[in-house]
Amino acid sequence: MSNLTDSDPEKDNGPVEIKQNVDHDSVQSDLETISEATTWWIILRRFRKNQVALLGLGFLGFFAFLAILSYLDTILTLIFGQGIFPYGPNEIFANGASSFEPPSLEHIFGTDNVGRDIFIRIIYGARISMTVGFLAVLVSLSAGTFLGLIAGYYGGVIDSIISMILEMLLAFPSILLALAILAIFGSSLTNAMIAVGIVYIPYYARIVRGQVFVERELMYVESAKVLGAKTPRILMKHILPNVFGVLIIYTSLGIGTAILEVAALSFLGLGALPPTAEWGSMIADGRYYWLSGPHLVFFPGIAILLAVLSFNLVGDGLREALDPRFKR
Amino acid sequence: MNKIKESPALISNDFQNFVKFMAKRFLRSIIVILGIITIVFILFRILPGDPARDLVGKFPTAERLAAVREIWGLDKPVWDQYIIFMQKLIFEFDIGMSYDTSTPVLHELGLRFPATIELALVSMMLAIMVGIPIGIISAYKQHTRTDYLSMILALVGVSMPIYWLGLMLQGVFARDLGWFIGTGRIEPVLSSELNLYPFHTNFYLIDSFVMGIVEGNWVFFISTVENLILPGIALATIPMAVIARMMRSSMIEEMRKDYVRTARSKGLRERLVILKHVTKNALIPTITVIGLNFGALLGGAVLTETIFSWPGVGKYIWLSITQRDTPVIMGFVMIVAIIFVFANMITDIIYAYLDPRVRYYERD
Repeated sequence: MSNLTDSDPEKDNGPVEIKQNVDHDSVQSDLETISEATTWWIILRRFRKNQVALLGLGFLGFFAFLAILSYLDTILTLIFGQGIFPYGPNEIFANGASSFEPPSLEHIFGTDNVGRDIFIRIIYGARISMTVGFLAVLVSLSAGTFLGLIAGYYGGVIDSIISMILEMLLAFPSILLALAILAIFGSSLTNAMIAVGIVYIPYYARIVRGQVFVERELMYVESAKVLGAKTPRILMKHILPNVFGVLIIYTSLGIGTAILEVAALSFLGLGALPPTAEWGSMIADGRYYWLSGPHLVFFPGIAILLAVLSFNLVGDGLREALDPRFKR
Repeated sequence: MNKIKESPALISNDFQNFVKFMAKRFLRSIIVILGIITIVFILFRILPGDPARDLVGKFPTAERLAAVREIWGLDKPVWDQYIIFMQKLIFEFDIGMSYDTSTPVLHELGLRFPATIELALVSMMLAIMVGIPIGIISAYKQHTRTDYLSMILALVGVSMPIYWLGLMLQGVFARDLGWFIGTGRIEPVLSSELNLYPFHTNFYLIDSFVMGIVEGNWVFFISTVENLILPGIALATIPMAVIARMMRSSMIEEMRKDYVRTARSKGLRERLVILKHVTKNALIPTITVIGLNFGALLGGAVLTETIFSWPGVGKYIWLSITQRDTPVIMGFVMIVAIIFVFANMITDIIYAYLDPRVRYYERD
């Protein structure tokens, strides 16, 4: 069964066939868009009924808003010298603030060991974490999808080789592989992001591969093949859209995980470097000052927890919406 | 079903299949391990920077650099280095020396592995003991407040940065309330005496337990247990949540099956149906998850150990990374990957033993 695949050259001969293929395909894709639209509509409706998932989405929106605010603040500060917030994220002893001030109206989350406003730093941290989480998943998603599509579609030797490499990557506990990659390429936020991205490639690749295995045996792929569609076209236009739903779930869950791991690497001093306002490194900075101010550790941790939780809630909600079997 | 099982020809065929499956799986694991070792070697050899320079120190002279290169075999071409490395690994079971202490990496890791394994085992036990009942109750009381609450808590557990939880626990229970010391494996005063005790496995729980029985002095054991509590909880959080979620979903999956309906219609009490029938079957996928999470625990140990000053491999590896002690990092990464591959293999074999379909699929 697995060698149904590479007989394209033979089918590309007849000009008549190719013409037919174009016509038929456009009709088919019209049908696809219609049915797809309805499916997505149904999924959206199911998702909207899930209150917990909506709460997660709300939190996500809030964090995205914070991230945008921090960008605005940076831009305004650059242009006018005064941004939205009264203090900058790295402003030491801003407006006569002292170290370890407990939460107050002036400083909502208090100040840290050098009198920086923790609230402002958390807002700036939202921007870093959201961006980094998103980009890390982009790395693993694109590479993973590519490998999974190829392995699943061609099968045989190519699949064996790719699967073996994936298995090797999966043999490392995730944070350890990221640590090893950072040990090799040096620590920085960008490298931490790439490392986490690489670590999660196999997960996406496996999901896509499994789905492609199922899809490629279905009638519609066979029909596309008979009509003379070439492999890249079958992969991109026919199979990928059908894998899309599953990928969306794992993207949402994946961004949460990526945020968590990059923050952990920063906590270990291998990601974001001081004085960057990154949640993980804020916890690392505050850990030695528990007796002077527990809020140095408490608030950044809550921020990580909420951000990751909201991605997980949305991911779970999407899973339930896409596959009603998972419904509680 | 019974008829098929009774036929001797089929049984031997089935057994052959199982052996074939095991052999194939083993071979695959060996190839993967060789691949991992090769990948790790290549990765660490393309490392930017010159290890010889790191080794010599601040004022390198040409002669000293050359000498150091010769001692560590860094003057040879990479290909030769690889062959020497593999030869040493396979025939002498030697994965190199620490740049920092010039002692064999395996020795250094061996000193610290017991601490990590002890912590990981305790955490895993905790995770299982809490996670599985939560999963069962949650599935049994599906759609109730208990279910929602425990599943949201489980989701919080998965989303929590464990180093943060560790710091919070340490802060509140050790620093503020003073219930625990919050660092190390045992009270510092007791540690040297325990280490000098003739019965010495470096698993403090075992050592101090033996000491308690032989000498009747339980101070050491109590202190060991006390010190395990906070890091144990911190490290257990994620597997606990994962296990609870997995247990719940596989319970729900099982509860829909025919045999459950049969058991109920026989008039069996609901408690018995759940505890005897469903739980047993739902445990199988959960066991797989537990096996897979062990590797994650070893990774999580890096974070937990740095917080609680736990003298295990996790903390050591973090120090090695900051000191660029490449052979140690290489060795540790390899060993953990090998453990992980074997753990996976064993899980797969157990699974194939429990569920014959797996072997047949594998053949196609």
